[in-house]
Amino acid sequence: MISIIKVFLNRFKSLFKKKKDVKLGLYGPPNGGKTTLANRICQDWLGEDMGSVSNVAHETREIQIKEQVHIEKDGKSLSFNLVDTPGIATKIDYEDFLKVGMKEKEAKQRAKEATKGVIDSIKWLDDMDVVIVVLDGTKDAYSQVNITIIGNLQARNIPVLLVANKIDLRKSNMKKIQAAFPQYEVIGISAKYGKNIDAFYDALLNLAA
Amino acid sequence: MLTLQFVPYSEIEDLGPARRVKKLLDIAKENKIVLLEGRLKKEEEADLIAITMEEIDEKFKGIELAVINPQKKDMGFLRSIKAGMISMLLGDRQGFTIIGPATVVKEIKKDPDKIQLYTQENKSKRKKR
Repeated sequence: MISIIKVFLNRFKSLFKKKKDVKLGLYGPPNGGKTTLANRICQDWLGEDMGSVSNVAHETREIQIKEQVHIEKDGKSLSFNLVDTPGIATKIDYEDFLKVGMKEKEAKQRAKEATKGVIDSIKWLDDMDVVIVVLDGTKDAYSQVNITIIGNLQARNIPVLLVANKIDLRKSNMKKIQAAFPQYEVIGISAKYGKNIDAFYDALLNLAA
Repeated sequence: MLTLQFVPYSEIEDLGPARRVKKLLDIAKENKIVLLEGRLKKEEEADLIAITMEEIDEKFKGIELAVINPQKKDMGFLRSIKAGMISMLLGDRQGFTIIGPATVVKEIKKDPDKIQLYTQENKSKRKKR
């Protein structure tokens, strides 16, 4: 009897949840192109950018939120708050930033902010309703960070869409990424140039709308 | 010289999530590579990353992490039932986890049943199975 009541309460809660704002998170390792994809989504549907992008890792060091993004395609629609998160890494060395020409003080500050950003990204996992994991299509997808992120989303029953970004680059290898996560459909895109972005919106609407 | 410290699962079995993570991280902070029998829970892996970030300073740059949990493919029906039973009994004791301090381990590459560990000192390749 108690379990029936619990099921009923959960269904009631999920009905109620649909009315509140859906949080759609962009997760992944640093430099995978999360902010580039966030900018693409915001440009396509709001006509404005979301954040700055850079070739230097850990450009996004704070959680960025763009509220009330509404996408509509082929009769399906989805409204959400887009949450762009700092890249998750297991190591951060300020000396890596010195190598790209930063001064020591600036490099140390960036490293400090980056570590805080990773912690915030992990904390925010519990708040997400849907997550897009943005992987760099040119890199080894079978890294422990990727596996840990996806495993944590799975453990929390959060719907996940895997995106292999940078398919415009010759080094990208969709087959390898799909092979690393055979239980998921992987959408290959170039967030920078908008390549295959329609397929991405279709997959997102199928998953979350 | 590389130091590899083996941690049997029984050493962390009765610890709470925070103490498990701290115990493993403390060993890595001594510049030793942790070879843990079994694996952490997914949430504990995320905690390990978060706590690692809190501990980063000029000496400790973080960790390299890899979990190996071989899954046999194309097993027959009976063998897959047997494997399922073993998995139920052993739980997180299956497989193993490597945690290396980033100052010692440059990169860990893995595929489902092989780990390649690249060290910082000589960038030589060491293989484990």
